[in-house]
Amino acid sequence: MSVQITVNINGEDVTREEEPRKLLVHFIRETPGLTGTHWGCDTSNCGACVVLMDGEPVKSCTVLAAMAEGHAIRTVEGLERDGRLDPVQQGFHELHALQCGFCTPGMLMTARALLDENPDPTEAEIRTAISGAICRCTGYKNIVAAIRWAAEHPAAVEQEA
Amino acid sequence: MQTPAPFEYERATSLAGAIAALHDGDGDARVIAGGHSLLPMMKLRLATPERLIDLGDLEDELSYIREEPGEIRIGALTRHVDLLRSQVLAEQFPVFRDAEEVIADPVVRNRGTIGGSLCQADPGEDLSAVCAALKASVVLRGPAGERVVGMDGFHLGPYVTVVGFDEILTEIRIAKRPHGGSAYEKVERRAGDFAIGAAAAALNISGGTIVAAGVALRALAPTTVEIKRAEELLRGSRPSEELFAQAGEIAAADCAPTADGRGPVDYKRHLAGVLTKRALRRAAARALQKEA
Repeated sequence: MSVQITVNINGEDVTREEEPRKLLVHFIRETPGLTGTHWGCDTSNCGACVVLMDGEPVKSCTVLAAMAEGHAIRTVEGLERDGRLDPVQQGFHELHALQCGFCTPGMLMTARALLDENPDPTEAEIRTAISGAICRCTGYKNIVAAIRWAAEHPAAVEQEA
Repeated sequence: MQTPAPFEYERATSLAGAIAALHDGDGDARVIAGGHSLLPMMKLRLATPERLIDLGDLEDELSYIREEPGEIRIGALTRHVDLLRSQVLAEQFPVFRDAEEVIADPVVRNRGTIGGSLCQADPGEDLSAVCAALKASVVLRGPAGERVVGMDGFHLGPYVTVVGFDEILTEIRIAKRPHGGSAYEKVERRAGDFAIGAAAAALNISGGTIVAAGVALRALAPTTVEIKRAEELLRGSRPSEELFAQAGEIAAADCAPTADGRGPVDYKRHLAGVLTKRALRRAAARALQKEA
């Protein structure tokens, strides 16, 4: 049995007929242009599917799309503003914080939420914040450095533009 | 792809409405809060509710940590992140912070709730042992009204509690006692995993003597196990390393672990002893700090 579900993703309402069992990660990914959120372990372990729900990072494989109705969802596509990369995106670019890129969207969203709450995190705080996200190729060193870079260059992208 | 079996979904607009919906569901309906215990079970088809009642919109009503004159009251929808950050809990019952630091990861802690954790009653879940050691009680609300159940009578077995099919756990109550200290010790295979074994301890020390004691283990028996013989030994005694070692030996003997991927029985019994001793040591140090 399908029901009408409306989820606000990156500021736009997306409405579709879906079964209530539709997971938020799939609802997002089945929306044209929004495949940046990755679907990984499906068991709330890996963190590839992290999106922001009312500004807080959540694992979208363990949230029903129906539960997200009435909440603001922000995905990796919502990081870029007016063609300018978010500092965390720029930091990952500058410091080579990805190889295969599978964990990257979840890492970026987790990092964005951390910096929104704590603009000047220590390395330990960064490591704690991303402890729910698994990277299997780069290792965490460059990811931590990239998040520090973003903390140190909050307006970097604007300056360059 | 892991997908739950089909179900109907509704959002509760009031607690009474949610209870009525559970009652109408006649055992086939479940409430969902953060979903981080129930949804994984539904994906594995170990839980197949026909109707889900989402309590998400009741957060204003059911998410709180209140300090009353004689007790602390925690609303069932209080999320792990709020338990971790609560100054009131850190001062009164630091065992919560100990446990919350090692429950899953920060992102999961943004969603999971204390009510969901207790009601799912996974043998490896942490907060049941915390609440048992603190001699907490829970408020269960159903069509006929409220009842209050002590944690010692809460679990019926793994994943099974006394919460009726048309009842909702709404609140956790913990009595405040003077000169209290509490602590949680957990060993896991990797950060964020369920426990191989864990011990929660709570002590109240007055005039150098232990006047109240709670010791509870998690993941070391089919469900939370309170180590009553250790509690009896501790009450009326003066805190010492020898006493805590003795309590640990009792815990190792009285727990009932099973061998699984996380380890064999003798290893888990050893853990029960060591973790009980360590938790008691830290709980006592915190209690004595308050007494001083």
